[in-house]
Amino acid sequence: MAQPNQQNGMPPQMKPPIYNGVHSSHSSRDSSPHGKNIPLSQLPPRSAIPPTQLPPSRSPNITQQLSQLNINKFNTSTPNQSPNPSGLVSSAFSPIGSTQAPPRTTQAPPTGYNFTQKPPSTQGQMPVITNQQPQQKPPTIQNQVQVPPPNQGQAPPSTQNQMPPPVKNQSFVPPPHNFNSSPINQGQAPPPAQSQMPPPIKNPNFVPPPHNFNSIANQGVAPPTTQGHTQIPPPIKSQSFVLPPSSVINQGVTPPPTQGQGQVPPPIKNQSFVPPPHNFNSSSINQGMAPPPTQGQSQMPPSIKSQAFVPPPHNFNSTPLTQGQSQVSSSQNFSSMQPPPIQGQIPPPNSQIHNNFNSSPSNQGYRPPPNQVQMPPPLSQGYQPPPVETNLPSNQFNNSSPRLPPPGAPKANLHSNRYPQGPPPQQSYNPQAPPSFNPQTQNYPVSAQTQQQFYQQNSVTQSGFNKLWGHDHFDLLQNPNVLPPEKVAPPKVYLGNELLDSANCSPEVFRCTMTKIPESNSLLQKSRLPLGILIHPFKDLTHLPVIQCNVIVRCRACRTYINPFVYFIDTKRWKCNLCYRVNELPEEFQFDPVSKTYGDPTRRPEIKSSTIEYIAPAEYMLRPPQPAVYLFLFDISRLAIESGYLQSACAVLLEELKSLPGDARTQVGILAYDSALHFFGLGEGLSQPHEMTVLEIDDIFLPCPDNLLVNLKDRIDLLTDLLTQLPTRYNNSYDNNSALGAALQAAHKMMGATGGRVSVFQASLPNVGPGALVPREDPSQRASTEVQHLNPANDFYKRLALECSGQQIAVDLFVLNSQYVDMATISGISRFSGGCIHHFPLFKASRVLQNERFERCFRRYLVRKIGFEAVMRIRCTRGLSIHTFHGNFFVRSTDLLSLPNVSPDAAFGMQVSIDETLSDVQSVCFQAALLYTSSKGERRIRVHTLCLPVCATLSDVINAADQQCIVGLLAKMAVDRSMQSSLSDAREAFINVAIDILSSYKMSLNMAEGPTSLLAPPCLRLLPLYISALLKSTAFRTGTCTRLDDRVKAMIDMKTKPLGHLIQMIYPDLYPVHNLEEQPIVLNSEEEPIPQPPHLQLTARCLDSKGAFLMDTGEHMILLVAPGVSPMFLSEALGVRDYMSITDEMYELPVLDNLHNQRLHQFINFLNDEKPAAATLHVIRDNSPNRIEFYERLIEDRVENALSYHEFMQHLKTQVK
Amino acid sequence: MAFNFPAFSYIIALIVDAFLIFFSLFHVIAFDELKTDYKNPIDQCNSLNPLVVPEYLLHIFFNVLFVAAGEWFSLLLNIPLIIYHINRYRTRPVMSGLGIYDPTSIMNADVLTRCQREGWIKLAFYLLSFFYYLYGYVIALENAHDHT
Repeated sequence: MAQPNQQNGMPPQMKPPIYNGVHSSHSSRDSSPHGKNIPLSQLPPRSAIPPTQLPPSRSPNITQQLSQLNINKFNTSTPNQSPNPSGLVSSAFSPIGSTQAPPRTTQAPPTGYNFTQKPPSTQGQMPVITNQQPQQKPPTIQNQVQVPPPNQGQAPPSTQNQMPPPVKNQSFVPPPHNFNSSPINQGQAPPPAQSQMPPPIKNPNFVPPPHNFNSIANQGVAPPTTQGHTQIPPPIKSQSFVLPPSSVINQGVTPPPTQGQGQVPPPIKNQSFVPPPHNFNSSSINQGMAPPPTQGQSQMPPSIKSQAFVPPPHNFNSTPLTQGQSQVSSSQNFSSMQPPPIQGQIPPPNSQIHNNFNSSPSNQGYRPPPNQVQMPPPLSQGYQPPPVETNLPSNQFNNSSPRLPPPGAPKANLHSNRYPQGPPPQQSYNPQAPPSFNPQTQNYPVSAQTQQQFYQQNSVTQSGFNKLWGHDHFDLLQNPNVLPPEKVAPPKVYLGNELLDSANCSPEVFRCTMTKIPESNSLLQKSRLPLGILIHPFKDLTHLPVIQCNVIVRCRACRTYINPFVYFIDTKRWKCNLCYRVNELPEEFQFDPVSKTYGDPTRRPEIKSSTIEYIAPAEYMLRPPQPAVYLFLFDISRLAIESGYLQSACAVLLEELKSLPGDARTQVGILAYDSALHFFGLGEGLSQPHEMTVLEIDDIFLPCPDNLLVNLKDRIDLLTDLLTQLPTRYNNSYDNNSALGAALQAAHKMMGATGGRVSVFQASLPNVGPGALVPREDPSQRASTEVQHLNPANDFYKRLALECSGQQIAVDLFVLNSQYVDMATISGISRFSGGCIHHFPLFKASRVLQNERFERCFRRYLVRKIGFEAVMRIRCTRGLSIHTFHGNFFVRSTDLLSLPNVSPDAAFGMQVSIDETLSDVQSVCFQAALLYTSSKGERRIRVHTLCLPVCATLSDVINAADQQCIVGLLAKMAVDRSMQSSLSDAREAFINVAIDILSSYKMSLNMAEGPTSLLAPPCLRLLPLYISALLKSTAFRTGTCTRLDDRVKAMIDMKTKPLGHLIQMIYPDLYPVHNLEEQPIVLNSEEEPIPQPPHLQLTARCLDSKGAFLMDTGEHMILLVAPGVSPMFLSEALGVRDYMSITDEMYELPVLDNLHNQRLHQFINFLNDEKPAAATLHVIRDNSPNRIEFYERLIEDRVENALSYHEFMQHLKTQVK
Repeated sequence: MAFNFPAFSYIIALIVDAFLIFFSLFHVIAFDELKTDYKNPIDQCNSLNPLVVPEYLLHIFFNVLFVAAGEWFSLLLNIPLIIYHINRYRTRPVMSGLGIYDPTSIMNADVLTRCQREGWIKLAFYLLSFFYYLYGYVIALENAHDHT
């Protein structure tokens, strides 16, 4: 075995391509003359985007119009030349503007900068002559003509357009002050919280309609009522929440009723915007009532408290009665409660935390310095939203609330911690005379921050605002229907500036677990949310600006690429948004290629789109770009032959041979192996392939190094020949062995000089030669709770993968096993070389469905885009750092991933840690830059930048969570955990994460919840559902019979699948399809109507016997037809006579000319459009034996050994403290 | 001046400990280089792994001498480290060669910080024990002197 030599890790010519900041900081810097010092005449021709390089579509007009956007934005003195400045932009907008158009597209040039798929084809010119004569070396690129990036754009007119410095910076300042000044704030939450809140930022003049405000008041008032035995009319939601005035005890509380109607008496409206005086009263009433009896003593140091509240009862004009009563009621509540142990209750989360993924200690921060706890009890009482949502008769709440409010208390404080204690609250808060409030109010804008104590008293209002802003709570126990009927959309990132928002990276490409980054690590720990990013860097994009320029503008210090979120100090300088260094702009950058004028740099596409691709100049290559090289390794052991995969694989390969991505230099080779290696010489002049069998597998050599990898174009006949013969050639071989290790070593030798892609088809356990394995799985243990052998048995494949990675070779695995193949070990070859793994368990080509799936998958694999010799670097704003990486690659340095191949279906995850406090910045950025060689031999850099605002309060953090992304990251972390520790540990960690997050939400809420409610923020309401689904997924389930290989493969999928597919794998989509023609439709890009049936939850409760249901698991769809379905559906949509004539092998739908059938097809095609390869379909009768396939995926229901969703919620409820 | 076995074991421990100090220095530097991107993790692991077992063996070697010399207290001081070493080696990632560092996982921030901390702590420990052995050597010599 070649020893893992250093060169392999990084052969000299491949040293971290210039890319790497450290090694190459000289590169782009030195090579690019700075226009400043150099007379224009000597400037390199400015080929910002030389017309020759552009596809015809990119006319100057468009670019100009594009640039218009920014010009307008900063309304500088730029002559506004474009006829329809914003018109075009907005029109570009509208077609995309379907519900989930990613913001980026709106910003992306409508048709403008060329899109990836058609790169300027520079390399077409040079015929590459690799194999013409037997060479000593493997065909290499020596013959290749160097293609310098064509520089010949016309020189721009030298007139410089002097522009006043753009006012850009201003746009970066979110207008929080608008906010503070709005009286709303008074209502509640600490000001910063608000300044971060999305809607207002978006809409600077945001003034909540008065009645909203009232509704807030309502809420504030309502809750006490609830506790006071009021019957609450169930269905009413926030605004119209009407308290039955006649409610038994609480009439006293009546101040509410006035507001309770949601109708505001005019005076109130006017006054207040500011919480109408008696609003305040009402809340103070609450306080007046609640604290004394119970929590008052237990937690609050009287001193401050009294200051803050001066609660003498007589203040509240309307309320003596109420007070008395609610005291009673509340004391009832509390009497039945556990001792007041606020403090005591908090720790428990701690105790559960250890097993959490973030093993860091938490919660310490939580315990409030007591003197700050002022307000909790009233809040908790006043706040209680459950009545609104849960429709519970209130007495339930009364009887016993074992865990009533305490956790709320610390929370309040969390906020108060943040801000300096304001001027003595008692001043401002003068409950005696409601009118006195007004002056106070007017002060507000000024001293907003200082009065936070006061705010807290009004968290009543906060609840209203939360509602207003969509921060409503969601009771998981009361509402089993958590899944929204439409697709779960990724939360939007609000940066406080619409231009930036629309420039931000698409959530499909780059996603963070939170849309707001907590400003410090302790805040992050309090939220208990994992912080990380998921990235799908090479996703097929429809709009991708491609730029070719001499100088790629990057920060000199940290090598960040210029992006929409940098600060322009003036037209000549920019400030890096990652390291804050001030850099100079090269003159070229100020040149607008469209108007051919110098000026505002913000017109450049780099500044307008956060996803962009550069065609890299020569400094970014350490060797000439490699050609596309594909090598196919076929297992021809007995098991493999029996499975029959070879026919399908060869047939597909033969068909797609010509569509393999690549240029004229593309090389292809084929190697077969059983206990020997079968090389196929495809030399010039041969009439048919020449097979050479090497029996010596322990020390591999290549029989004839030259003709094993051959130019696709030149030898296509020989290859065709070979692929036709191959499937039958070994039919009579009975060799049971498979020398995978040796074959891989041979592949490594064959491709070492160029790099490329190796596709391995493995059907049996590699049991001879290097890397031989023995079966480890004990089939009787498949259902046990402890799973062994998740880790590799040896490190042969890993070491080989590292060597391959050093030579820019990626190995992709197609595992078509019928027996155990030790996926855990052999997957190492792909995991560390940036490959991908496809698994077809129990494959038999005769099984139509499997074969279909394999063929589709392989076909997609062959024709999809590919990037060679890639590296990806992730940079993030100072203060953050990348902690752990997930995916298939080799981590070459702290932020550099080596990806010998990158494919559009590969995704990566990174955990991020907060090293320094971020309180002095408003936003943070992540930038992923992927440098790769396209199949056409161009070096390109694809840059994605994601910008996220920073927030300072716990409730902001929690309400900004991205549940799907969190689940994606958790799954990756859990895979690591199961490998390093054990599966049960990982499962426990999942549950603890759910508990911790819900607990911390409860704390952040600052309120009591009913004994039967389990509150979650709307943005996290699906989290427990997904977690319960994860616990039942193939990767993490226990107790159900799961083959080890399947489990390991599922784990690998968790690590590498793009988020959308991952979620679909965890929690398949279920749709009713029996009435598609009645469903609302949307039009797709081709103007076809697409029915949009609602998503159903995965439980039998959602099925009915008269329907047909389509379950989409990503790679496979199951159409379950229930017995009672209408005959019309059967005959028209499915084209069968009657129910029983649906056969067990119905794998496709007939195409019929009727509405039902068309809609069904349209819908299925629509679903398939989002997938890399169309899913296979299986139509199943409800009484066929196959239905188990469907029912086993109804994961919300109880299945053997696993809790149903509802039971899981109950379990969480008992654990959430 | 007589020279007895305890004194011999201490002088050996002293010398070996000096080597160990260099080892751990090298370890600390190597991980620092990794962290600052100067080195490729594969190279780094290749250079670190061969040193792991010798370090452990050297450490165990002079502890064997302590046992032979009946220097129980010195042994006691070292036992935790021996146990740590054994455990560390037992739980190493699956690998065919000697050593405990795996280039594919070494770059995880957790592992990296752990290794770095381990290096510093060991460095401190070896340094302190260096002086302790020196002291032990002198004491042992004196004891020998007293007896004679």
